[in-house]
Amino acid sequence: MNTSNDAALAAAEAHNREFLVFSLGDEEYAVDILKVQEIRGYENVTRIANAPDFIKGVTNLRGVIVPIVDLRIKFHLDKVEYGGQTVVIVVNVEDRVVGIVVDGVSDVMTLAPDQIKPAPEFGVTLSSDFLSGLGSLEDRMLVIVDIDKLLTSDEMELVERVAE
Amino acid sequence: MRMDITDFYDTFFEEAEELLADMERHLLELDVDEPDTEQLNAIFRAAHSIKGGAGTFGFDILQKTTHLFENLLDHTRKGELTLRRDIVDTFLETKDMLSDQLDAYRNGDEPDQEAFERICRTLQQIALEEIGQDLDGGAAAPPKPAAAPKEPEPESREADGEAGEGDQLVVALLNVGEKDRQLLVEELAQLGDVVAQGGDESRYEVTLASSVSGDDIEAVMCFIIDADQIQIRSVGNDQAAQTEELAEAVKSADAPQPKPADEPAKTAAGKAAVDQKAASASAAAKPKTKPKAKSGGESTSIRVSVDKVDQIINLVGELIITQSMLDQTVSEMDVGSDGALLNGMSLLQRNARDLQEAVMSIRMIPMDFVFSRFPRVVRETAGKLGKEIELVTEGESTELDKSLTERIIDPLTHLVRNSLDHGIEPPDVREAAGKPRTGKLILSAKHQGGNIIIEVIDDGAGLNRDRLLSKARENGLPVSDAMSDDEVWQLIFAPGFSTAKEVTDVSGRGVGMDVVKRNIQGMGGHVQIMSRPGEGTTIRIVLPLTLAILDGMSIKVGSEMFILPLSAVLESLQPAKADLYAMAGDDVVLKVRDEYLPVVAVHDALDVPDAKTELTETIAVIVQGEGRRYALLVDDLVGQQQVVVKNLETNYRKVPGVSAATILGDGSVALILDITGLHRLSRAKKERRRPERGSHSLEVLSDKALSDNALETSS
Repeated sequence: MNTSNDAALAAAEAHNREFLVFSLGDEEYAVDILKVQEIRGYENVTRIANAPDFIKGVTNLRGVIVPIVDLRIKFHLDKVEYGGQTVVIVVNVEDRVVGIVVDGVSDVMTLAPDQIKPAPEFGVTLSSDFLSGLGSLEDRMLVIVDIDKLLTSDEMELVERVAE
Repeated sequence: MRMDITDFYDTFFEEAEELLADMERHLLELDVDEPDTEQLNAIFRAAHSIKGGAGTFGFDILQKTTHLFENLLDHTRKGELTLRRDIVDTFLETKDMLSDQLDAYRNGDEPDQEAFERICRTLQQIALEEIGQDLDGGAAAPPKPAAAPKEPEPESREADGEAGEGDQLVVALLNVGEKDRQLLVEELAQLGDVVAQGGDESRYEVTLASSVSGDDIEAVMCFIIDADQIQIRSVGNDQAAQTEELAEAVKSADAPQPKPADEPAKTAAGKAAVDQKAASASAAAKPKTKPKAKSGGESTSIRVSVDKVDQIINLVGELIITQSMLDQTVSEMDVGSDGALLNGMSLLQRNARDLQEAVMSIRMIPMDFVFSRFPRVVRETAGKLGKEIELVTEGESTELDKSLTERIIDPLTHLVRNSLDHGIEPPDVREAAGKPRTGKLILSAKHQGGNIIIEVIDDGAGLNRDRLLSKARENGLPVSDAMSDDEVWQLIFAPGFSTAKEVTDVSGRGVGMDVVKRNIQGMGGHVQIMSRPGEGTTIRIVLPLTLAILDGMSIKVGSEMFILPLSAVLESLQPAKADLYAMAGDDVVLKVRDEYLPVVAVHDALDVPDAKTELTETIAVIVQGEGRRYALLVDDLVGQQQVVVKNLETNYRKVPGVSAATILGDGSVALILDITGLHRLSRAKKERRRPERGSHSLEVLSDKALSDNALETSS
């Protein structure tokens, strides 16, 4: 499954890219900043019955009904708490608006193409299909998530497949 | 700046569609024996305008078809072709063909070549048989039977050449802004050589050397500006005829200056030019009548894309939500005697509601949009079936949401066909039954509360109860003689059900009625049937006026708030212990008066935590969905309110038991419940639980219930 990584790398080679860095537990993740619409607090989420546990429900984003996904639950993190630090990153993927719950947003970083390494084959919970690569920054490692692929994947159960 | 001509495609398609609709209406209204000249002219003009546009955009097949059609129509309006019913039928067929071609172009396809050739042959044949003429005269120029036949050969060829290339037209643009003017001049340059141009904004003249006729140019430019902003005259034309035509608007100061160079050509080309004049006489009739109609119509309507309207509706929805949020905040504040604030709030509320109503009405279009296509359907179906049928429409001005009018057409067409085929008897049978030979079909629409009621009424034989029942038995449907008429009539909506003795190509295959019912239910409506033997059948469709807002009842289960569509709510009551019965394991029914209703516990279906589980403490809301009744158990009734319906599928997916979502006054999202979906969900849940019974309270109940046959509750 190296083709997607290669493609992502090829795209990255053109120029440096900016990423929004967020934390899930002790791990640091990054998403392409161009996918991010806004960041807001976690509040007022209406539960949806019979949905998977990582789909927290829907919320009202200025009149638009937006589903909220908790990546911490999806990635089986031990500690899932909702507090003042808990934030929702609202992203745009394939004409959809989705909110993802994370433990915190730290900063925006620019990565040069040579700072992004291909992701190794791993992960039962997070398939490397959903990664664009690993960003290395001095002593930090950022897991760069391909948010399009992740959120529209079958296992996220966010998008209805035509076949259904 | 060069604007792509494809930008005007959509405008052309829309206008052409309207023109075709007009054409059809006129064709249907046409009295074959004494055709009204105005109507013939209108039909001709429609064909002509479409031809013009088709030519400009390079839609060859469309242009050729309209060209033949136009020529035939031209002969008709001149009285050279006597109309007959079958000719009108052919014309209608041609109109359909044009619609198909238009659709093909719109989808970026090429129209069906075979169909095109067939219709051309048919039109040619009519021309040959009826007037002994070939239609393929000039491809671009209108037919000119008298076109200078006496001229000597060489000169006439020269004249043709002159008329073809050297003819100069002066196109005057009145009150056209600079941006549009540039566009138009570029557009004109496509049609011929721009010889000279000049003037100011109020009157800008372009002299064009072109073989395109004046009304073709007008037809093209009408897509950008209005007909009364254009004046076209050919240079070297007969002055008298011209002044007569144009003098109303143009002062003689602007009269053309015949150039000496034109003089020699004039005698030769003059004839052809006059001919063209004759052709544009039809156009002359247009500018004369149109400005009046247009100047009135223009200020009263504009064409706006549905997207824009929807955007406004969404924004107003937001405003309403913000207003309710404010309202709630104010009511929680200790404002005491701050009269000004309270006054302002109530004023805001009223204005916001008015605004919402006004905006919603933009989407409403009259039912005429739907009904106007039925004269055609009835005429053709009746012809095929050999029946005589009079169609009456009532309440054409009743308004309905645009999205619903579009979706109601198919089901309604099906119902009308069905009534014509199965309802209304053949003329002889009717006569024998002492009824007039001509059957009557009434299509009516009216508002009732927040609903629109559309009825298809025939005065035919009515539904046959015995035949329906025996047919149902044949199909293996569970029926009994004790069923009420209403239930028997509903059988016709069962899949694969048809009582037609023979299958016709109109109806009777048994597909369709179930689809009709499903479609109507999909629109949030339902179908009722009333029938009396020998007197006829009435099929009544009840639809909500719009899908964008909904009268809802807010209910509470646990700490969660849900909305029930008010139209589905029949009543609510506190269930008494004596009225609850356990059935077949973990099912519970509630006896309301003489009916046993399946009980659906909302907290169970939707896994709501901390809900009341003591059945007698809950409130049972009796609801109706897809013709069946259920008792929904909820914790509390909160109130009634109008809610703006928000689609869940936009960013998420369909959720079982939920039809949509809305935003409450406090800004939070509430789900709108889908009653039948909820029932299915709760059944599926019980199904799944069945192997591992014992954990749920209902289980305990049913065991107990077995012993004393009355429902005891425990939690």
